[in-house]
This record gives sequence, structure tokens and C-alpha cells, in this order.
Amino acid sequence: MKTVIIQYNAGNIQSVLYALERLGETALVTDDANEIKTADKVIFPGVGEASTAMQYLKERKLDLLIKNLEQPVLGICLGMQLMCTHSTENNTPCLGIFEEQVKQFKPLDATIKVPQIGWNTISNLKSILFEGIPENSYAYFVHGYYAATGAHTIATTNYVEDYSSALQKNNFYGVQFHPEKSALIGEQLIKNFLAL
Amino acid sequence: MLTKRIIPCLDIKDGRTVKGVNFEQLRDAGDPIELAALYAQEGADELVFLDITATIEKRKTLSQLVNKIAHRINIPFTVGGGIKTEEDVSILLQNGADKISINSAAFLDPTIINRFAKNFGSQCVVLAIDTKLEADGNWYVYLNGGRQKTDSLTTEWAKKAVDLGAGEILLTSMNHDGTKQGFALDITATLSSQLAVPIIASGGGGTAAHFYDVFTTGKADAALAASIFHYKEVPIPDLKKYLHQKGVSIRI
Repeated sequence: MKTVIIQYNAGNIQSVLYALERLGETALVTDDANEIKTADKVIFPGVGEASTAMQYLKERKLDLLIKNLEQPVLGICLGMQLMCTHSTENNTPCLGIFEEQVKQFKPLDATIKVPQIGWNTISNLKSILFEGIPENSYAYFVHGYYAATGAHTIATTNYVEDYSSALQKNNFYGVQFHPEKSALIGEQLIKNFLAL
Repeated sequence: MLTKRIIPCLDIKDGRTVKGVNFEQLRDAGDPIELAALYAQEGADELVFLDITATIEKRKTLSQLVNKIAHRINIPFTVGGGIKTEEDVSILLQNGADKISINSAAFLDPTIINRFAKNFGSQCVVLAIDTKLEADGNWYVYLNGGRQKTDSLTTEWAKKAVDLGAGEILLTSMNHDGTKQGFALDITATLSSQLAVPIIASGGGGTAAHFYDVFTTGKADAALAASIFHYKEVPIPDLKKYLHQKGVSIRI
């Protein structure tokens, strides 16, 4: 099996590779169109800012390439947000795979910190991606923007309000949390994705 | 619900874990990779590695250690010690660190906070502050591992750092560090109330009750300790069970 991790100008890409290596898997980190197209599984990770990431993807025509992939694709954190239609982070049009909108957390009072950093529960799990993962498991999150809930929501988390901690549409999967840093639950999710 | 975080800290010198008491008298507390893997397995929410050698010639050794840690543990970790340039940060992140921690270098040149936040994102920039309550009733910023006093108030420096892009504050009370008599609840609560970023309390945790106090009265988002974990005085699973039973939001 050939797994590709898309290389672009966002952080945390190596961590995803190391997580796969911990599971005894290998992956190619690349921005080469042909390598991505011919992979069995594609992981689209990332921590960073939406507009600079989208600009980078567009310049290399990776935006169209990602949208048109037919094999299982897993977006992580910023990767998932970029798969949505639009992010209010610097008013950025995104890939438009998921119709859900990406907005910034608006804390109701000073006790709520933004970005959300830490472990929170994932609930209303409904996808093969969560096979063997119990309802209300803890996952590790680092983000100041979130995807609203919608037709493609396959997991929800509450911070300020309920939002999409995972999305799925056809072969496209996205998780807002970091499976590569979410202990055993995260490892199970990565295994589930690779087994699709 | 977002949980409070328990963070063991591993002070690293020449590739080994050591722990200073009141920033002096170092004791060897074992192999950092084994210890890190054990903590991850026991339910630690994050780890912090502070390289207290951090000389230029040792930096390569640190990045190799970070790489080994990243290949072994499945929870987030922060690395600090001697970080001054974008290249330092880039090397550590590429080797698998999730966040970097900066202290004296940021105080001496606050623009690095802004530059690091812009280049790598605020989420990976942890500003560490060593602070001490003086006889005048104010908390002051100390540099160079607590050896050098400044005239800056901790509240003012922390606010400036957050404005520049620091994503979290790691606050160590020198009055409390090594005493095992409890965390500095007042300054921790003050910073947590004033700042929009998470506060990691450090220094003085000696019992499970101290952690309860710092998460409630101290309003801390996370609490860090070293030797009580290294010497198994407060086992992490017991600590988390205790906090959960007391109604603190915690991952168990």
C-alpha cells in the first residue's frame, strides 16, 4: 500500500509521518502531483494559517488535484478546514469539498481561551473511521477556528458551542483533532483510515 | 469538555533527565525517552523537555533526542532551552516537537515571539516566565534560570508577550519551586484571568490536593511538575483519578 502525506507550507507534517512509523507503516511526504494521484491513501495534515496555505496550494495547482482525488483522503486540523468551502480566517475561499463553514471561536467570557489547546471529547461518532473508538473518547485539539456542524458531520465536540470535530463526504474524511498526538485513540483512527 | 492538563517536565542535561531543587543541586532521574514513554502510557496529557545544557555544540544532540522522542510517544510535547533563532525552532519542529518554549531570549529580544508566531503559528510558541514574589509585594521576572532579576512585573511582561503572539504561558514561581508546598495560586489566577491564552502553572506541586487547588483557585489550564513524578511520589494515574473524583474536568 502506498500512503502519501501532502507536503505544503504548513506545520506538523513530520509528526504525522512519525505517527505512521510508530505503527510500523511508511509514507511518502511529497507535493508531487503524480505521486499523490497514484497513492492508495492520501493524508492532508497541517497546522497554520488558512490564506497562506491556500495560496501555496493554488500556486502549485494542488487545490484542484486534492478536490479530484478518488482514493480515501484524510484531512487533519488545518487540512480539514481547507477541505471546507470557506474560512473566515483572512476571508479565505477553500477547496469546497465539505459545505460546512469555518469560523473563529467567539468566547462568551474571559474563562474561555482561544485557541482551544488540549484534550476534549469527541461525540456522536458515526463513521467507519471511528471503528473501535468509544463515544466521548478524548482527542487532542489545537485550533482557533472550527467547522460548524452540518450534513457531513461525523463527530461533534463542544467548545463555546457544538462544532464538527470530524467530517466525511464520499472518499473525503477530515478530523479537527490531531490523531497523531491523541494517544491510543488517535492510533486506532489512523489504523482505521489505512484499512479503508 | 476541554480538560485540565497534567504535564510532567523533564529537565535534560547531556541526554539524561535531571531535576534541580530550587534551580540548584541536580539529581539524575533517568533516561528521558523511557521516562517520556512511561508518562505517555500513564496518562500524561503533554510533556515538556527543557534542555538545561543548551550550548551550541549540544544542540544537534538535542534535535536527535527530540527525533527519538517523537518516534516513541503519541502525545504532544514541548521543547525548550537555548532557542534563539527561526532555524533553532525549525529544526526542533521538523524533528517532531509540537511546541517550543522560550524564556530569557524572548525577554531580551521580544521581537522573536512575533517572528516565531508568524513563521510557525502561535500554537507552538510557549513563553516561559520564571517569577519571584519580592518583599514589595510584586511578582518580578527573572532570567537565566532564575539567576538574574529584572525590574519587569510578571503581569506586564506576560501581557506584552501574548500581544506579540505567545500561544501559552508557562509560569514558574521561584518562591514555590522545589518546596512541594503548593503552587503560586494568586499570580497564576491573576494571569489566567487577564490573558486570553492558556496558563501552565509550575513550581510547588507536592500533593494531589495542590493540583486541585491550582486548577480551581489558581484557574490554571495546565499544571507542570517534575520530581514528584520522576520519584513516583504522586503517580499520574492516582492524581488524575483524584482530580476526576473531585469534579475537575480531566482525561482519564
